[in-house]
Amino acid sequence: MLADISREEQLGILRKMLMIRRAEEHVIRFNEDYKDLIRGHFHVYIGQEATGVSVCAALTSADYVFSTHRNHGHVIAKGGDPKKVLAEIIGRETGYCRGRAGTFHVAAPELRIVHTSAIVGGCLALAAGTAFASQVQETSAVTVVFFGDGAMEEGVFYEALNLAKLWQLPLIFLMENNYRRAGRSGVSHSATELADVPRALNVDTTVIDGGNVGLVYKTASDLVRRTRAGEGPFFVEARTHPWPGNEGAHPKLVAGATHIAWAWDASGVPEKMRSWYAEGDPVLLYARELVEQGGVSRDEIQQLDAEVRKDADEAARFALESPLPDPKAALNFAYAGGGN
Amino acid sequence: MPQDMTFGESLITALEEIMGQDRRVVLIGGGLVGTGSGQAQLARLREKYSSRIKNPPIAELGFCGIAAGAAMAGLRPLVDIGTATFSYEAIPQIVNEAAIAYSNSGGQTNVPVVYFMRYGIRGGGGVQHSGSPQPWYWNTPGLQLAMPASPADAKGLLRTALMRSQNPTIFLAHERLMDDRGPVPDGDYEIPFGHAAVKREGRDVTIIATGIQVPRALAAAEVLGKNESRQRWWILEPCSRWIRLASSPRLKRPAVWWSPMKVTITAASRRD
Repeated sequence: MLADISREEQLGILRKMLMIRRAEEHVIRFNEDYKDLIRGHFHVYIGQEATGVSVCAALTSADYVFSTHRNHGHVIAKGGDPKKVLAEIIGRETGYCRGRAGTFHVAAPELRIVHTSAIVGGCLALAAGTAFASQVQETSAVTVVFFGDGAMEEGVFYEALNLAKLWQLPLIFLMENNYRRAGRSGVSHSATELADVPRALNVDTTVIDGGNVGLVYKTASDLVRRTRAGEGPFFVEARTHPWPGNEGAHPKLVAGATHIAWAWDASGVPEKMRSWYAEGDPVLLYARELVEQGGVSRDEIQQLDAEVRKDADEAARFALESPLPDPKAALNFAYAGGGN
Repeated sequence: MPQDMTFGESLITALEEIMGQDRRVVLIGGGLVGTGSGQAQLARLREKYSSRIKNPPIAELGFCGIAAGAAMAGLRPLVDIGTATFSYEAIPQIVNEAAIAYSNSGGQTNVPVVYFMRYGIRGGGGVQHSGSPQPWYWNTPGLQLAMPASPADAKGLLRTALMRSQNPTIFLAHERLMDDRGPVPDGDYEIPFGHAAVKREGRDVTIIATGIQVPRALAAAEVLGKNESRQRWWILEPCSRWIRLASSPRLKRPAVWWSPMKVTITAASRRD
C-alpha cells in the first residue's frame, strides 16, 4: 500500500531508508575494519527503517522524538545529517553531541531529539515530559517515543503510560516489536498480546505491520493529527521483521552490503538469508513496491541508491577524519552555567 | 522590610511570588510542607495557580521523569517528592537521565528541574521515612544541592533553583525546620549557589554545616564557647560545591556536620 503522498515525497522516504541502511553498513564496517574505533558493543536499526522513517515523515520539525540504544535510524529519520550521526557514533568532536554521547546516546537537540537514553525504557517518562510541556505551553507539538518490546517489561513503562492517559498528553507510544524480548520468547512478559497492556489502561491502541511504509505512514499521520487535536495519548505496536545480522552484541553484515537489485531479484543473496531479503527487508520491499505500483523505474531506484551510497561514503570519511574531543575538555558540560 | 515568618510560610510565599513572575514554573505534587506550617499559604497557591499544578498518581519514577522531560522542553518544574526516601523510587530518572543529559548532549540540553524533598528524622518515621540522602546526591555529577537552614534561605535558594539555575537541583528541607521562625527579605531575594554563608567567625575550629545542622551548630558553639575560652568557631553554611569550600586556606580544621554523628563533633572540637 503506497502512501497517499506525492511521488517526490515517496522517493524522499526511500532515500532516508536507504541512508539509514548505508550509514549503518558503515557502522558495522567501522567495527570490523578498525581496531578500537568502536569500543564496546553497539546496536543498529537495520530491518526497522520503514517504521522510523514513515513515522517521522508524518511529523514536523517542531515535534519531539525520543529514541533508544538503537537510535541511529531515528536520528536520520528525523532529518539528521549522516555526517554528524556517524561522527557521534565514533565519538568525534564534530558529532551531534560533540562526541560525548557515542553510539548509545546519539541525540540531536536541534532536531528536537533532546536526549537519548540507552537504558531500556529510559525515555518513556521523559517523552511524557516534553508532551506535558507542549500542553502547558499550548503549542501544537506532539511527542513520539520509540521503544522496543523489551521496554514493556520495565515499571517505568506502566507509570508513564498511566500518567500520559490521566493527563491526556499529546504523546504517541511507538513500540517497535523486533521480537528480541517478549515478542519472541514468550517467557519475559505474561500478557497474551503486548498490545493488551495499553488497552487495559484505556489507551487507544493500534497494531500494524511496521515493515509496510504506506500503512505506517497512514497510521502515523492519522494519529499525529488526532494527537494535535487533543485526543492523545496513543499506542502503536509496529511489528518489524528481525534482520538476521542483528544477533549478538556486534551486528554483522551476514549477507554483505545490501544490493538494491535484490529488490527484484534476490537470487544473489546467500541462501540462508534469502527469505529475509526477499520477504522481510522493508527497504527492498518498498523499492519493489515503488517500481510495481508507483511508476518508478528500476534505473531511478538504482540511481537514487548510488547517490545515497556516495553521501554515506562521504559521511563515513568525514567522521573518520574528524578529531576526537580535546582530553582537556573531558570535564566540560558536567554543569551548565558554571554550576548555577 | 523583612517579614517575620516560619520556614514553611516562607517557602510557599516565595513559590507564589515565583509562579506569578515566571510562567515556566509548574508544580508537580504539592504537599511541600507536609504537616508543618504554611498550610494557609499552600491552599491559596493551589487555588491561584491550579492550571500549573498537577496532582500525580503515586508514581515517583514516572513523574520525576516527566518533570525532567518538561525541563528539557523549556519548563521549570518543581517536583514535590514528599519524604526524601521516596526519591529512591525515582533514582533512574533523577540520577541516570536528568543529571546526565547536559553532559551527554555536549552542553546542549539543560534540565532545570527542582526535586524538592523533606529529609531527616521527623519523629516516628521509622527506617523508611527518616532518611538523609544528601551524600548520595552530592556524589552524583550533574546534580546540585540546596539545603536551606532558615526561612530566609528557603526563599533565597528556591528562587535561585527555580528561576536562575540551568541544572537539576535536589532541594532538601529538613522536616523539623518547617516551623522555625525568622526574618525573610522582601522582593526578589536570591542566594547564589556555590558560596558559603559565614554565620559565626572564630579562630580555632571550622564547622561546615548544612540544613538543620546550622542552627544546631550555632547553638553548640554558644554552649561550648562558654566552657573553653580559647575556642573560637567558624560556622559556615554552604549551598553547593563544598569541595572548593573545604579546601579554602582560610578554614581552620574543617569538619562537615550534616548529621548528628558524634564523630564529626569530636573531630571539630579536638585540639592539636
